[in-house]
Amino acid sequence: MATEPTEMVQRTGATLGPGSAPPERTAQGQRTVGEITVSNPVIVCRNVNVHYGDKQAIRDVSLDIAHNEVIAMIGPSGCGKSTFLRCLNRLNDTIPTAKVTGSITLDGVDVYDRKQDVVQLRARVGMVFQKPNPFPKSVYENVAYGPRIHGLAGDRTELDEIVQTSLMRAGLWEEVKDRLDQPGTALSGGQQQRLCIARTIAVSPEVILMDEPCSALDPIATARIEDLIDELRQNYAICIVTHSMQQAARVSQRTAYFHLGDLIEVGSTDQIFTNPRHKLTEDYITGRFG
Amino acid sequence: MSEPTLTPATAETPAQRTRRLVEKSLRRRYRAERRFRVYGIVAVALGLGFVAFLFSSIISTGWTVFQQSYLKLEIDYAPDVLDPDGSRDPEVIGSADFSALIKAALRKQFPDVEGRSDLRTLYKLASEGGQFDLRQRVLDDPRRVGSQESLWVLADDRVDLLMKGEIERGLPEDVRGISDQELAWIDRLVADGRLEKRFNRSFFTRGDSREPEQAGVWGAVSGSILTLFVTLLLAFPIGVAAAIYLEEFAPQNRFTDLIEVNINNLAAVPSIVFGLLGLAVFIQLFGLPRSAPLVGGLVLTLMTLPTIIIASRAALKGVPPSIREAALGMGASQVQMIAHHVLPLAMPGMLTGAIIGMARALGESAPLLMIGMVAFIVDIPHGLTDPATVLPVQVYLWADSPERAFLERTSGAILVLLGFLLIMNATAVVLRQKFERRW
Repeated sequence: MATEPTEMVQRTGATLGPGSAPPERTAQGQRTVGEITVSNPVIVCRNVNVHYGDKQAIRDVSLDIAHNEVIAMIGPSGCGKSTFLRCLNRLNDTIPTAKVTGSITLDGVDVYDRKQDVVQLRARVGMVFQKPNPFPKSVYENVAYGPRIHGLAGDRTELDEIVQTSLMRAGLWEEVKDRLDQPGTALSGGQQQRLCIARTIAVSPEVILMDEPCSALDPIATARIEDLIDELRQNYAICIVTHSMQQAARVSQRTAYFHLGDLIEVGSTDQIFTNPRHKLTEDYITGRFG
Repeated sequence: MSEPTLTPATAETPAQRTRRLVEKSLRRRYRAERRFRVYGIVAVALGLGFVAFLFSSIISTGWTVFQQSYLKLEIDYAPDVLDPDGSRDPEVIGSADFSALIKAALRKQFPDVEGRSDLRTLYKLASEGGQFDLRQRVLDDPRRVGSQESLWVLADDRVDLLMKGEIERGLPEDVRGISDQELAWIDRLVADGRLEKRFNRSFFTRGDSREPEQAGVWGAVSGSILTLFVTLLLAFPIGVAAAIYLEEFAPQNRFTDLIEVNINNLAAVPSIVFGLLGLAVFIQLFGLPRSAPLVGGLVLTLMTLPTIIIASRAALKGVPPSIREAALGMGASQVQMIAHHVLPLAMPGMLTGAIIGMARALGESAPLLMIGMVAFIVDIPHGLTDPATVLPVQVYLWADSPERAFLERTSGAILVLLGFLLIMNATAVVLRQKFERRW
């Protein structure tokens, strides 16, 4: 069943689950089921295609990401959700063979425009990775790094303040306040991931991308990160890729289901998990594959 | 089903079969393991044996170089020899016949020796180089003219060899190299406490000499230091910069592939070819002086560069991509990512590469022969363009000398070379640890 379902969707859209609504096509001719647009978008993606050499990783993905919202991307491995995430801060640029087409705008400005500076983009769109990857420097230096390279702090006291606030908001301050000068790599896995989150929010981005942030963590650390994500939603738009459907259900307001490079269905998290409209979505969340 | 006992007796369950086969093969497997272990031990033992043999042979011939025979003479700085007109002009004093002072002192020591040929033999007990030491002493302090002092002056290399037991006393006089009369004088001097072996400071402070007892290794050590200084100063930054560009910035295409292949080829080019290149380019074309550490350093830079580039690229490749992504994800530019995160992590590996390259450069003699660093040079080099030689070339020069006393000098120079290498490697280890602890 590797490629068949996608093609069926492309051709007919006839694989919808019993009792669900017929496939909706948006004005642009999207194959995606559900409402891809939102009223207050921060990022607007239209017809995004990514090729790695000859291989197409994602196909015609259109999706809006709203302010103060957690959107979860779910789907089986290799479905392109991480690739999509990495388009949003142009981290795919580092892969020489990657080619991105379509339009992605951040606050109305095309991020792939020649005039868009990639450094500025990444300062506005922060990222937390799957494996905690603190710099092999002190806890303090980890958090201070972003503000320092972007010149956000005028003097040392201001920098100290940014570091402290960021660590507090990441829920790590109490645990590390006495050992800010110790290497960040010496923390536990969950603490390292929160350190990475603190590092990301230290530059006050507009959007935070999270690529399976809890996949390397135990359930307790995972719960802490999830609480944190919920708090951070007050200030940021958060895109989270996850393999855990429970996690998606717990932390997100909207969910997007990817399948083999296609964005199959988008909807409110409640709707996706209780009443999926597309058969592939239903199969995935009921655990029939993936 | 009529004979139910047959089936269980002949048939073996898969688990039983596994057990039987594993048991059967166990002995063979353990034997193979033991055999491999023995191969490994033999290989290590062979290697260690060769190293031990090398070191013991070098040390056993070379350790005597740390001592040298000196004669204690009563030197009279006679004004009529040094400064006949009493002007105390350094030029007059400098050109005076200081060997006459030593000869006079020897005559005073052995007043009973007469006749030209006997006296000439007597004079040969002291090294011909002693006069230069005296000259230096007087030039340093002209008030010595007219005074007297008892001074340890260098003995001749034959006397030294005898003192060190390198010359057999039992040999017939004509093959011994030291006459019976000289032997008698030497014994008398030793009995008087006027001839003894003392720590050979001058081996570590002097340059080369035709007289083995005067020859020192410091000229070559200075030459090596200056040459390696040039090499390190050029090869490390250029090599690291090239590695960073090739690894981090250069597009992957035919052209960069070609460069990579050529760098790997350069690492295998015989070093003498670099010497010829240096001769043609640096000396012929650019007109740089011959025998100079500057040119030597440039040639060794060419030779060391591929090693450093290859090692640095490997070190850069070894930096985990997660750190790069973290830095880029934070909005660091390419250069910031490299300078702040990649380079510090790659630095220990780069240092290792540099040290391997430098160690090779330190032991290299062939390319330096081509650019004239093989010349006989007495003066200690003080600048990058002074004529100089280097330790391995000095070893080569001394090993080639006919005087027997140069044998121990050769081994002594090798010991110094090995010590030099040891210091360099120790520095590298310390530096590397320092870099690693910062993170």
